[in-house]
Amino acid sequence: MELIEKLNATFIVDGRWQWFLSGLGYTLLISFFAVLLGLAIGVVMALGRLSKSKILRTVSGIYIDIIRGTPTMVQLLIIYYIIFAQVPIAKWIVGVIAFGINSGAYIAEIVRGGILSVNIGQTEAGRSLGMTHAQTMRSIILPQAAKNILPALGNEFVVLIKETAVIGMVSNIDLVGAARKVQSLTYDFAVPLISVGVIYYVVIKIISIMLAKLEERMRKSDKR
Amino acid sequence: MIEVKGLKKHFGDLEVLKGIDEHIKKGEKVAIIGPSGSGKSTFLRCLNLLEVPTDGDIFIEGVCITDKETDVNKIREKMGMVFQQFNLFPHLNIIENITLAPIKVKKMPKPEAEKLARELLERVGLADKETAYPAQLSGGQQQRIAIARALAMKPDIMLFDEPTSALDPEMVGEVLAVMKDLADAGMTMVVVTHEMGFAREVASRVLFMDEGIVQEEGLPSEIFTNPKNERTKSFLSKVL
Repeated sequence: MELIEKLNATFIVDGRWQWFLSGLGYTLLISFFAVLLGLAIGVVMALGRLSKSKILRTVSGIYIDIIRGTPTMVQLLIIYYIIFAQVPIAKWIVGVIAFGINSGAYIAEIVRGGILSVNIGQTEAGRSLGMTHAQTMRSIILPQAAKNILPALGNEFVVLIKETAVIGMVSNIDLVGAARKVQSLTYDFAVPLISVGVIYYVVIKIISIMLAKLEERMRKSDKR
Repeated sequence: MIEVKGLKKHFGDLEVLKGIDEHIKKGEKVAIIGPSGSGKSTFLRCLNLLEVPTDGDIFIEGVCITDKETDVNKIREKMGMVFQQFNLFPHLNIIENITLAPIKVKKMPKPEAEKLARELLERVGLADKETAYPAQLSGGQQQRIAIARALAMKPDIMLFDEPTSALDPEMVGEVLAVMKDLADAGMTMVVVTHEMGFAREVASRVLFMDEGIVQEEGLPSEIFTNPKNERTKSFLSKVL
């Protein structure tokens, strides 16, 4: 009976379930836009890594190296408390920026792999028709690379959903934040935290199944 | 039209082209034959700078393309290339494959590019395939589309890099027929090929390459019936 009471205190009293719903919303919102930002950064950095220019190669190499070589939490704290310290900006947007920059380094490597996976003959065909390097990239290589990396990008989204729990270091807006708000009122740690764990698990399971379905459909359209 | 002077190409320590001097005139159909590893594909790929020569000069219609100042893309517009592996764009349908370069490079309006593409599809006998995707076509059909795609840029010169080597035997004929049509229409063509019948029948000149140099060249009738070079003799005795 104690458990039902605790569940009641966690979710029902004062409509606390809405906190979890809103927390989940922010978790997904931050993850989604962070992947989009990460993709934009990732494409630029991947092109930099593959560029003929030594400067571009070095710059993107350093970015990828630093981001992958430091903890996400440290990056978030630096961005929140140092870079955006004086800037009035919504916390979830800071989250998008921090996780987007973080994810950009990983996505850069995914995109680079995707570009390299396109047969060199495709580039040669484009160039032999008089197209510039940029035109060939945009119209021929990147669309094919995009298809190849879609599963890896979906996976990165799932990783980010879990990773964004770190935003609790600076704010209470996400799913973990909802659990902490409840904890501070009920002094019960177990039920809110385990509940949050279950919610994460279910959401990620659903998204993973959807991604697997999408991948399967894409593979079918390849066979023709 | 194509002037090659002292062309050399190294890949690391490997010397693939050891000095080639060649002059190809407008309207010529040059067939390049020779054993694999003789450098004939590399020679062809140097002509539109898909391979950058280590040494020597290449002039296309009087323009030195090996000069760093030259806009390579402008030169490539004039030279169509057909590859052994077709290299059609798998994410685009047939008409998009053909219209992509005219629209992007020549800024041709889309309706005009599509009209041109349909004429070319007609010419290669695949008018009914415009909305198909490359993966739905046979190898022979894909190669004919690849020829149409190259022709859409209205090139002055067509380069063929073993265009029938990746095809099933029964599809070789349809591709060669399209190439023969093109030759009859007066196109300047350089063809690296293992199809000796085609070289003999269509070429106005045959180059025999081995070990990175042109060992012998001449009219097909001379090369095939009365080769002078020992290597040519030995090669032809194996393939004919």
